[in-house]
Amino acid sequence: MDLYVPIIVLGVLAFAFAAGSVAMAAVTGPKRWNRAKLEAYECGIEPTPQPVGGGRFPIKYYLTAMLFIVFDIEIIFLYPWAVAFDRLGIFGLVEMVLFILTVLVAYAYIWRRGGLEWD
Amino acid sequence: MSPLAAAPAADPTLQDFGKDPWWLIGGKVLVIFVFLVLTVLISMWVERRVIGRMQLRVGPNRHGPFGLLQGLADGVKLALKEDIVPRQVDKVVFVLAPILSAVPAFISFIIIPFGPNVSVFGHQTALQGTDLPVAVLLVLAMSSIGVYGIVLAGWSSMSPYSLLGGLRSSAQVISYEIAMGLSFVAVFLFAGSMSTSDIVAAQHDTWFAVLLFPSFVVYVITMMGESNRIPFDLPEGEGELVGGFHTEYSSLKFAMFFLAEYINLATLSALATTLFLGGWRAPAPISTVWAGANSGWWPVLWFMVKLWLFIFFFIWLRGSLPRVRYDQLMKLGWKILMPFSLGWILLVAAIRAFKNEGYDMQQITIVTVVVAAAILGGTILWEMLRGGEGEEGAAAEAGAAPADPFAGGFPVPPLDAPHYHGRTAGTGARAATIGTRSEEVTRGTH
Amino acid sequence: MTGQEIVFALLGAVAVGSGIMVVTTRQLVHAALWLVLSFGALAGMYLVLTAEFVAWVQVLIYVGAIVVLLLFGIMLTRAPIGTAPDLDSGNRWIAAAVAVATAALLVTVVVMGFGDAKMPLEAGGGSAEALGSAVFRTWVLPFEVLSVLLLSALVGAIVLSRTDIGGARSRGKGD
Repeated sequence: MDLYVPIIVLGVLAFAFAAGSVAMAAVTGPKRWNRAKLEAYECGIEPTPQPVGGGRFPIKYYLTAMLFIVFDIEIIFLYPWAVAFDRLGIFGLVEMVLFILTVLVAYAYIWRRGGLEWD
Repeated sequence: MSPLAAAPAADPTLQDFGKDPWWLIGGKVLVIFVFLVLTVLISMWVERRVIGRMQLRVGPNRHGPFGLLQGLADGVKLALKEDIVPRQVDKVVFVLAPILSAVPAFISFIIIPFGPNVSVFGHQTALQGTDLPVAVLLVLAMSSIGVYGIVLAGWSSMSPYSLLGGLRSSAQVISYEIAMGLSFVAVFLFAGSMSTSDIVAAQHDTWFAVLLFPSFVVYVITMMGESNRIPFDLPEGEGELVGGFHTEYSSLKFAMFFLAEYINLATLSALATTLFLGGWRAPAPISTVWAGANSGWWPVLWFMVKLWLFIFFFIWLRGSLPRVRYDQLMKLGWKILMPFSLGWILLVAAIRAFKNEGYDMQQITIVTVVVAAAILGGTILWEMLRGGEGEEGAAAEAGAAPADPFAGGFPVPPLDAPHYHGRTAGTGARAATIGTRSEEVTRGTH
Repeated sequence: MTGQEIVFALLGAVAVGSGIMVVTTRQLVHAALWLVLSFGALAGMYLVLTAEFVAWVQVLIYVGAIVVLLLFGIMLTRAPIGTAPDLDSGNRWIAAAVAVATAALLVTVVVMGFGDAKMPLEAGGGSAEALGSAVFRTWVLPFEVLSVLLLSALVGAIVLSRTDIGGARSRGKGD
């Protein structure tokens, strides 16, 4: 666990710095109240009804996040495989080829169905 | 940790870490922290000066010698600005977001090796904050926590620009994280470890940038995508989204996002140096002539040179490239970089496996080249056969839809006019694509 | 109690506490953030148990991908700022009772199954190398089956989200 001590120390230091700066800004900056200033910025025109909580956004973002999870899991399996590769021999290679090919079938399917298009 | 056996004794390995006394830990952490803050201040100045030169301007030169204190002046100015918290925002999350994006950016740098073992006040230690058996994973994890800063900033601001910018930015970062993660696999394969000191030690003969050139190229491209900078700076495409996810932020909260962006730049550059350019090792002509180049404090110099070369490269790109479109960006990430990386990993793994089994290297090379050529040829042939078909379909479709500039209820310039594609009107494209499709106009969001 | 055990217990308390906050907070996005804290504490527990690789995978996958997916889902549909009254239900006491009963059952099973059995922690036992050797030598079949699971997950994601928009060819067929 000794290896993690510097990480924790740096994390605490960085957090203190970031939180301290954010808190300090409230003290050092001026305060001039103005109703228009507290509205969402929309290039000076009247703010439109917010898309949050009413409007809708393309499902593509959600799909991207789902694809990300699956491929992230695939990568996570590639790492220990790569580290232990020299001791696994040809067997390890064949295993991984099978695994990647199966996932590639899904990848080809997504591609054909237009899941990777951002028209 | 087998590959270390051949490395010189002075090189730090994973076993050398976790033995520092408390004052050394504190000192290292403090040095890294100060180093990062200074790097941010200086790279801001360098960026503006270099871009100024590239655009035949002078750039900032008023504060201090050559304007070196410009970054500091900007910081002080930001601290003296009003800290605006818009009326409708979720205050807790709004304040949390800049902190969440700055802290992980700092932490990543702790596993970057600056140099080999040196003596500090009579204590032998490696010039590296700490090292983990899974050090590179730490960087990936930190960058995925940094995504929260972006998403939450975009959401909590209650502004359409922020929300869109945040969504775009995070979708882009996670898409490029896939290709980035894949580009590391070949490095781990050759180093047999995920610890950064072991990876540097494994490069004592050949840098991985030479040995694994395709991985290096993929990493450099994804590095641009991860850092949200030109040519992939769509999240804050100011023509469309004002400032992107930090539109509503001001004062030091904005400064935190800025800081995080530049620290990430430094981290990505340092990681590239460590994984592909031999870390702190001296480049070949120097190390062959001068044996002492890789010991003592000199390696810090080589590391800095490589780091700043990368940062300069980032700035150079910003000075010369236009912004890509979002669909092009996603296409590059998902359709080109990802399959290419997977294929490259399998190829490298196959070569290495057969080499480990004792096959002749020359034989392996010939077989590999033949197989790769066959696959490449097959792909091109397939694309040519399919491509012709696809274009016909597109032309027919476009011909069927007449140009209607009022499709969305208001006049729109034809976004697909031939000159946008660099073709002269009348050739081939036969005005096929004039007129924006109505769904594009009405939907408006991409 | 050793220092390790104290840290482990503290992390456990954080995980459970933030878990409770996930279900009791009235703000949707805050619930997701409490979930992040809970997952983070869990990663810390793995770390204390020397399962280093798994700990960082926990951060990468659960914190970095799954909760981001949840947040995307929340934001793409509706994410009101402030408290949402429909995040509460009249059944909350029954739900609490069910949750406590489930927890009690799980604890009982674990205690009855393992009792005082102890396993020595060895440093490096959960490293990527050890894990790689184990997964790719001993647990080959589960690993290959996993690829089929990923395949079906991807196909499911496409079918669920893009039924209306197909590729050029499938659109041609659909019309």
